[in-house]
Parts: sequence; C-alpha cells; structure tokens
Amino acid sequence: MSLKHHLTAPLIGNNPITLQILGICSALAVTTTLSTAVTMSVALTVVLALSSGLISLIRHHIPPSIRLIIQITIVASIVILIDLFMQAFMFEMSKKLSIFVGLIVTNCLVLGRAEAFAMRNPVLPSVLDGIGNGLGYALVLLIVGALREFFGAGSLMGIPLVTTVADGGWFQPLGLMQLAPSAFFILGLLVWVVRVLRPEQAERPEFRLETVEDRRP
Amino acid sequence: MADLFAPVRKFFARSNDDLVKVIGMAVLVALVSSAAVSVTAVMLKPYQEANQAAEQQARMDKMLDTLPGMRDLMMETGVDTLETRLVNLDDGSFASDADPADFDLEAALQDPEASIALKADVDIAGIKRRANQSPVYLLQKDGDLKLIVLPVYGAGYQSTIRAALAIEADLVTIAALAIIEQGDTPGFGARIEEPEWLALWPGKKIADETGTVRIELVRGQASTPYEVDGISGATRTSTGMTNLLRFWLGEKGFGPFLARLKQEGL
Repeated sequence: MSLKHHLTAPLIGNNPITLQILGICSALAVTTTLSTAVTMSVALTVVLALSSGLISLIRHHIPPSIRLIIQITIVASIVILIDLFMQAFMFEMSKKLSIFVGLIVTNCLVLGRAEAFAMRNPVLPSVLDGIGNGLGYALVLLIVGALREFFGAGSLMGIPLVTTVADGGWFQPLGLMQLAPSAFFILGLLVWVVRVLRPEQAERPEFRLETVEDRRP
Repeated sequence: MADLFAPVRKFFARSNDDLVKVIGMAVLVALVSSAAVSVTAVMLKPYQEANQAAEQQARMDKMLDTLPGMRDLMMETGVDTLETRLVNLDDGSFASDADPADFDLEAALQDPEASIALKADVDIAGIKRRANQSPVYLLQKDGDLKLIVLPVYGAGYQSTIRAALAIEADLVTIAALAIIEQGDTPGFGARIEEPEWLALWPGKKIADETGTVRIELVRGQASTPYEVDGISGATRTSTGMTNLLRFWLGEKGFGPFLARLKQEGL
C-alpha cells in the first residue's frame, strides 16, 4: 500500500459516509447551505488530521485500558481549539454552525479513525488517513450541501443562480430541501448510486426469506 | 544532564498495563490538553470580545430599526445613536462625574467599592453581585424623554442572558426587547432570539398603576398586558427571563431610577 492510497481510498472506495455510514448526524445538520458544509468539512478534516497524528505519535504509550478516554480527551481538546479559533476569526460562520463544531467530538468518524487506524500505524500514514477521510466526508457534504442549497433556495454559496418566485422569477424553491429529512433522501440516493457503480460495496444480506421454490423437494 | 531525564525515560519504559503508567498517562494527557486549551482561550479572548462587542452593537441597532418612527425621530433630533448615561442604581440619579465610555461592568463587579453582594432572597436574577452604576441609553428631544433602553442580564438555563429592554416615554410600555447575548439550548431556550417571539413584546406593560412590577412570561397564551407567552419546552429559560426582568425593574435594579424619572423627568 502506497502512502497515496491512504489519501485517495476514503474518497469513494472506502468513503466514511457512503460505505461506513459514519458521521451522519452532522451531515444532516450542516448541509442546508454550501458555505456551512464547506466550513464544517474543513473543520472536521483539520480535527481528523491533527487527532490521528497526535494519537499515532503516542500510540506506544497509550495504555489499552484507558485508550478511549485518552483518545476522546485529545479529540475534544482539538475541537475546542478549532471552535475558539472560529469564534475569534470566523465569527459569523461559527454562529451559523453553533453547536455543530463542538459536536465534532461525538462524530463517530473521528474516534473511528483514531481507534481503527491511528492506534496501529505510524504518524505520516495516520495523518494522511485522517486527511483522506476528512476529504471523503467533505465530498459527500459538498454534494449534499450543493443539492440542498440549489433546490431549496436557488443559490450556491449564497449567490442566487435562478430567480425564485418570491423575487418575481420562475423558480419555486423546494422547502423540503431545507429540512433535515431531505439530507437523508439525498444520502440514500448517493449510497444507491455508489453501490450500483461499485456492486462490491453492497453488503450481502445476512438472512434470506424462504420462498416457495425452496420448499419444493 | 542525562540523569535528569532518567525518571522520565523510566516512566515511559514501563509496561502499558502498569498502574503507575496508566494513571501517569491519564494525568499527562489531561494536563497537556488543558494547558493547550487554556492558553489558546486566553490568547484569543481579545478577538472574541471584539467580535461580541460588534455583534451587541449590531443587535442594538437592529432593535432600534424595529421601532416604528424611531429612526425618523433620531434624524429629526440629529443623532445617529442613543445617548449613553451612567445611573447610580441606589438612588436613581445620573452619575454626572463619570464618563459612561469608561464604565467597565466586569471591573466594577470585581471591585467591592463599586458593587454590592446580593443576598440569595433578592438575587432572583442569579447574578450574585450588582454594580452600583449601570449605563442606560436614551433618546430625548428638547428635554423630553422619547425612549429609554435598559441593559439587563441574569441567569438563563445554562448561560447568562443579556438583553436590552426599550421602554417608551410613559416608562411603563415596552417598546421592544432585544436579546444581546445568550447561550441557552439551541431549538429550545435559544428561541428567545427569534424575531417572532421578540415581536410579542412591544406594547406590553412592565408594571400596573400602583407601580408594582407585573411583567412575566407565562405558560401558554398570555392574557393580560403584563404577560408574554413563554417558550414551550424551555421553562428554565422562561423563568430566568421573568426573574431577570423583575430584578432589574425592581428595587435593587432600575426601580429607583424609573421612579425618579417619573417624578422629575430627565
């Protein structure tokens, strides 16, 4: 496995959201507009890279009995730092994202990568793995954010692309797109598309319903 | 020199199952993390405070914009913002010797000369200490008071709520309420920031004819001019709002000041 592999594999092949189905709740919450999705993606990628790097750095000295506590302490500290930086230098954005930056701590993705990868691998691959997973998360967030903002408000990054009915144009914004369930629909469709294109990603059913044919002797 | 680091090396050489190592690593990680967070928080504080101050000014301006005719009146009187005065809360007089721009609430609360401790039974707003002076913002035209804005604050559910209460010239009718700062639960208590809810406030009365402060947030529908719909699902935030308004409009708050204004005018 080359180093580049760590960076590119999580984009589609092993995408944290569409394949591992991790980090869903923040993906629902911050994708009403593209700009919040971008900021959240950057914040999460930075947290993932830093926490993976740090945890990997001290991995030989993390006692297995308290490893989760140590991991979460490190992750939480980094998240608080990012939150403080955003409040200082990106005040408007931090207000829009409100609690969701803080909630990166509870994003299964971060702890998942720390536990599954950074605990067993050297620093450089761990950082790359963190960035790669962050980018994979970002890719999905950007697609969902772009679709929701365009169909829900007729704009992208806050710039109107089509004139809405309210402004005298022809475009009737789809209100549903601004609500959380629409992110579920889009995510579901995304997972479907990815699995049609890459059938190896579909899980084999654990049980199969018995059919009439099965019963025939 | 090498001997100096010997205990450190010995510590890291211990097995990861060793009790000393387990506790040591826990303490070490906690110490390093807390140091990093504290240092950053202290270093970034000036930037955050500047942002918050700008935000608070913007909210005050936004509140003025919601008051019908207020901007016209300000144009007429030739001012672009409200006049700030310091009030001695104990007797309700204006503090003429101090510059309101120099007033620092945090510093005053630290200073036993400039603030008083509140006993638990009077401290319904949950603020523990109250400064002896407070700024008020007012608009006057030819010596007649047109609008007065009182800064109020107190404990919400999980944060300190800071608000600005604008009162009309009759000193009883609320012109508007603006939430300057709060950190209660998003979706519940934080809904006190929503324009729809703030729009319930104009026209409400803070006190009845006898001067008793009556304003309160109620469950369900408000039925008297002294009642405002509370936020459903956010009882503690609603109670906090009631208590902080009652405190600041009462005897230990702006009560004496409002009473003096009513009798003597500006």
